[in-house]
Amino acid sequence: MEKSSRRGFMGKAFGAVAGVGALGSLVAMKQSWDPLPSVAAAGFTEIDLSNVEENKLIVEKWRGKPIFVLKKTAEMVANQGETELARDIIVDGSHFMITIGLCTHLGCIPAYRDAKKDFLCACHGGEFNASGIHTKSPPPSPLVIPPFKVAGNTVVLGEEGPEYQKMKADGVVA
Amino acid sequence: MAKFTKATSIKDWLNQRLAIEKVEKVMASEYWIPKNINFLWAMGMVLAITFGLLLISGIFLLMYYQPNVETAFDSVNYTIMQEVGFGWLWRHVHAVAASVVFLIIYIHMLTGIYYGSYKKGREMIWISGMLLFVTFSAEAFSGYMLPWGQMSYWAGMVITNLFSAGSLELNGVVEWIRGDYVPGQAFLNRFFMLHVLLLPLAIIALIGIHFAALRIPHVNNQDGEEIDFDVESKKYLDGDKAGSKVIRFANDFLSKDMFVVSIFLMFFFYLTFWNYGFAMDPVNFDPADGLVTPAHIYPEWYFLWSYEILRPFSKDLGLIAFAIAQVIFFALPFLDRSDNVAPANRRGAFAIWFWLMVVDLIVLTAMGKLPPEGAFNTIGLIAALVFFALWIALPFITKSEKKL
Repeated sequence: MEKSSRRGFMGKAFGAVAGVGALGSLVAMKQSWDPLPSVAAAGFTEIDLSNVEENKLIVEKWRGKPIFVLKKTAEMVANQGETELARDIIVDGSHFMITIGLCTHLGCIPAYRDAKKDFLCACHGGEFNASGIHTKSPPPSPLVIPPFKVAGNTVVLGEEGPEYQKMKADGVVA
Repeated sequence: MAKFTKATSIKDWLNQRLAIEKVEKVMASEYWIPKNINFLWAMGMVLAITFGLLLISGIFLLMYYQPNVETAFDSVNYTIMQEVGFGWLWRHVHAVAASVVFLIIYIHMLTGIYYGSYKKGREMIWISGMLLFVTFSAEAFSGYMLPWGQMSYWAGMVITNLFSAGSLELNGVVEWIRGDYVPGQAFLNRFFMLHVLLLPLAIIALIGIHFAALRIPHVNNQDGEEIDFDVESKKYLDGDKAGSKVIRFANDFLSKDMFVVSIFLMFFFYLTFWNYGFAMDPVNFDPADGLVTPAHIYPEWYFLWSYEILRPFSKDLGLIAFAIAQVIFFALPFLDRSDNVAPANRRGAFAIWFWLMVVDLIVLTAMGKLPPEGAFNTIGLIAALVFFALWIALPFITKSEKKL
């Protein structure tokens, strides 16, 4: 400081003021782009599962995203392994796959092929089995199971019920 | 204060205050251009004119377009197309120009690569040009969102998902960019702002920098000859116009430029009036629907080559490859280790490199349009690997290049 001139001091003072201002405005700009409270709050969807047909994909909507609901046939349940079973949501004795219907690669909606009992994403050729587990690249992970709570014959999406928390504890969902 | 005298004319009055004669000399009549150049040197002016067309047609579209998820689609496809007098003209000019501008950008870039116009003092011309290319890409993408059709929505979904950075799963970043869980009102509004204000401002500023970058190294010529512009311009001003290697930018070179522009404009308006369909994807005439993905999502033709580099790999590898492909052209002046400024056909192995790169970009473009199945997958993968192999090979083949 001893050697610096008065003009040098003024330059540094301006730099400090401008730096604080720039940081502050960045915080404001960042928050202006955050999802609005009204968008973030509109987040619960109830789905009635009592009339769902077996091996026929139902698409519901939750937070603007498609939700896949697939009721498995007894044969499908009998033939599946441990990892598939761990992802089943059991409502009233029936096994369901309920996931966000967006490919984990880049977010296209895969199509269900009921004859082959699997999903094909037309965008980049990814495939998933009837439990939403990826079987062909490029998707790097299974279809995402949304937070859910089982209530009688319905599930409520957006709320974390005990079944969902168990899946979380077992590492089935992140 | 400077001394002002009673003006003898309006020109003199302005000259005393704004030095307009001096400005005219610096910008036009004593801005020197080499003689030995061909029509490819007019692409810069063609681009400037195309940008002008985009700006003017955009201003008219802006007067009726509504950035609202409920009304955007109809404001374009009904109001502008059916109700506004000549609204169809502005829309077709805007769509065709947005597509053709990339054709000219690619010709402009490949011309620069072929003639070595990116080195020995011309690096900043190349880098500012690449920044323009990237900004134009963002401008094209944000504009593609605005009609809010199926391709708008799903392109928006797929491209914003890239920012989750693969296995890092940065979903918060994606939601921040969208302002929502999925592309919605906040998304449409902010991309509208980017398209009509922030990105055009950036483009205009970058065009200024791009032109300024030309002043000191001057524009290259067909032989890569180093011209002493002081000597040659003096020769010209002393009356030896035939012996001088340079001409004035205006009106001499500009007349050639504008001749090429007029041929371009005939081609451009032929497309606008009779063949605009290539610039309007049929899928985008369905309104956006978050519950139905189009059977096959592909970008406009000018993004296909980089899209195809993303596609054949696993998610993370694909993203890394895609990111590198987006920026690798910036490094061209530094990866080319040869001092030779000359057309590629005089540079030995570099000529082969150049034409392989052109063919590879065309193959990638074609494969990007085809569905990702069977043989197309394999060809796409090979073309993507060739793309990277070429960039790795570049420093080696140019290092061993013979000095011309």
